[in-house]
Amino acid sequence: MTSSYETHEHDVLIIGAGGAGLRAAIEALAQGARVGLVCKSLLGKAHTVMAEGGIAAAMGNVDKADDWRTHFRDTMRGGKFLNNWRMAQLHAQEAPERVRELEHWGALFDRTEDGQILQRAFGGHTFKRLCHVGDRTGLELIRTLQDRGVQQGIDVYMECTITRLIRDGDRIAGAFGYWREQGRFVVFKARSIVIATGGIGKAWKVTSNSWEYTADGMALAYETGAELLDMEFVQFHPTGMVWPPGVQGILVTEAVRGEGGTLKNNRGERFMEKYDPKRMELSTRDVVARAIYTEVREGRGTEHGGAYLNISHKPADYVKKKLPSMYHQFKELADVDITTGPMEVGPTCHYMMGGIRVDAETGQSTVPGLFAAGEAAAGLHGANRLGGNSLSDLVVFGKRAGTAAAEHSSRVQSGALDAEQLEEAEREMLAPFERTDGEFPYEIHRDLQETMHSLVGIFRNEEDLQKALGELEKFKRRLESVRADGSRMFNPGWHLTRDLRSMVLISEAVTRSALARRESRGAHSRIDYPNLDDTWGKQNNIIVKRGDTMALEQRPVADLPDELKEILAENK
Amino acid sequence: MAEAILRVFRGGPEGGKPVDYRVPVAPGMVVLDALHSIQGHQSPDLAVRWNCKAGKCGSCSAEVNGRPRLTCKSRLDALPLDEPITVSPLKAFPLIKDLVTDVSWNYKINKMIPAFQPRAGVEWKMYQRDVDRVQEFRKCIECFLCQDVCHVLRDHAKHESFGGPRFFVRTACLEMHPLDGVSRTKLLKDELGLGLCNITKCCTEVCPEEIHITDNAIIPLKERVVDEFYDPITMLVRKIRGA
Ligand code: SF4
Ligand code: SF4
Ligand code: FES
Repeated sequence: MTSSYETHEHDVLIIGAGGAGLRAAIEALAQGARVGLVCKSLLGKAHTVMAEGGIAAAMGNVDKADDWRTHFRDTMRGGKFLNNWRMAQLHAQEAPERVRELEHWGALFDRTEDGQILQRAFGGHTFKRLCHVGDRTGLELIRTLQDRGVQQGIDVYMECTITRLIRDGDRIAGAFGYWREQGRFVVFKARSIVIATGGIGKAWKVTSNSWEYTADGMALAYETGAELLDMEFVQFHPTGMVWPPGVQGILVTEAVRGEGGTLKNNRGERFMEKYDPKRMELSTRDVVARAIYTEVREGRGTEHGGAYLNISHKPADYVKKKLPSMYHQFKELADVDITTGPMEVGPTCHYMMGGIRVDAETGQSTVPGLFAAGEAAAGLHGANRLGGNSLSDLVVFGKRAGTAAAEHSSRVQSGALDAEQLEEAEREMLAPFERTDGEFPYEIHRDLQETMHSLVGIFRNEEDLQKALGELEKFKRRLESVRADGSRMFNPGWHLTRDLRSMVLISEAVTRSALARRESRGAHSRIDYPNLDDTWGKQNNIIVKRGDTMALEQRPVADLPDELKEILAENK
Repeated sequence: MAEAILRVFRGGPEGGKPVDYRVPVAPGMVVLDALHSIQGHQSPDLAVRWNCKAGKCGSCSAEVNGRPRLTCKSRLDALPLDEPITVSPLKAFPLIKDLVTDVSWNYKINKMIPAFQPRAGVEWKMYQRDVDRVQEFRKCIECFLCQDVCHVLRDHAKHESFGGPRFFVRTACLEMHPLDGVSRTKLLKDELGLGLCNITKCCTEVCPEEIHITDNAIIPLKERVVDEFYDPITMLVRKIRGA
């Protein structure tokens, strides 16, 4: 019984139209499935456009010695060996082919002297590995995929938000959502659903993430019974803008360091010498972020509480050619000319390594028919992601999820859309309009960001995390009386009442996992447990919904086959 | 603390009016920050599009003091604060609500343009000097500010017969791809209405990505259309003479 709602039927429904969602859609369509692609914003605006530095793929165009084995080893080392080894292997093996495919679909990467795709150095990568277009690689990727997808005939539902997944027994039957423009509800019937909704950066105060990054997909999957993996690993990018206040958190690409940028404190010291003398500025992001944070905390920060990042020793023309958006960003937003002087930078919440637990080959979650890819999924990056491994993640596992979702949809019967679940979804959305005396959501959002920033930030401890759990309980109660004003038409406040529920829920998953992991590993740093712990090094944290409680359990990290162990043991 | 008055258009297709909001000004603040402050403290249902707040996604376009701009790149300290700052929706597209317009027409035009198609048997080699000029076009963030300012759309509403500068840029980007094998000149002439452009360069002036829309995209495309449809012989002779 769905007659009262506008209803669309697809074999495969994809939620999220960044790199992973688009790549999945293109693939599912190529497999013959009828594909629907739903996105919260307009097409082509997803967070993928913010990816700047490049896409990692061992093509060996610049450093001939590079191969998938080295990329695999770098990824596992960067992730402190918590990674799903099979994902790390598939990713390293398939990334070059996915990059060539982008080129065949019209992408134009920067070139080497001999006419190949140019590759640049990046943190944690042994070789020059990042294929790039200046510092706007993400835009190139999303535009290429968007044009390809549209030309192939994907049905795109823009400015449409999914608020609930609908199940029939233990399988996926469809999704309930609303059109932003008119505020009308809409129902999608699908046999496979791919979640490609990205991360949860908007729960933190200083973040590089856009308004879309509110953990929607992770929350939808959790509510549907899927397992979440390693949620404590939140990446703080070492270099966000710190001044002026209005631009705080905006990303400063790692490509600045990849192109030779140096980091100094207020005494003029290249402080990375203390933290990672070998790799210096090109150490992994977790290390550089903690280094900058520590310098500032110990009184060696810049005027506005950051570090100096300098690229002005390179010729001005070179800087403008290789880092054009950084040049404009600082000039226009901060009155700083990066060709003549340093930038002030500090850590900003950037990426979620944790997410929906998926099968490496297919991207299927623990719920049959529910798939995930990209930042919303977990496993590839372990405890810390290397720069450049995100764009490659999107296309490698987007394609895999698309294939598997299409295949799954051809095998199963469609489920029935249960009227009761749909009505409940509608009630839940309309409730904020019925309240007349509750809070507006923006205030709750500001307080949530403050809480996560100060209690679940770069450095954590038992006391803060316990306190955060208490605060999150209060947020849940405040959300019970959150209120929307005005009409249902294009109403950001109303929208935020829904986003907040996902953010609070998934913030709790992050906090619980962070409390459990009594060690410091990758992006997760516990002041009270500052060292690596061997037992924890062999365990993943799993979050799953049991009845009304959020359950947490540990699972052993899967053991590597011998040939991969050998690759890891090689000392390069 | 300093204050600014934002005079923001509120309303929908059936009508609306500018409403004044007082907003505290922090250093480096942009118009989009001020709009967020209004949402967060005064009017939670103010409709605004945005994503990156870093000039990279092209979502936050509006008219600030009458000029089409990205609100996330319009600094308050660059505007006269002794008078209200007006913020209104793009004029060339149908209004949905407040600062949000229906830009779906652009997506329809985009769909008409044939995708990149490599010539048969090409070798996948390209040199930087060959891709430089195409990379300029690929910087486009689809903010549609050029569409908004172009008089053919803004004043004459030729949405049925004119593709607009954004899609000339996009077509140029495909036509000048070193390995592309499709011709889009007929489409440019007959369906995208390239001839309606009279090279006023208003589009180039507002482009936040500083793409030389008229000089580098539109004029070379016009030459291609002329070459192919109007004057193949004369053009050939001119070319040989080097004139
Ligand atoms: S140059 Fe042509 S396309 Fe650009 S604004 Fe003028 S008429 Fe429109
Ligand atoms: S060409 Fe420039 S003004 Fe036009 S849509 Fe693209 S970025 Fe915006
Ligand atoms: S918000 Fe992305 S360009 Fe302004």
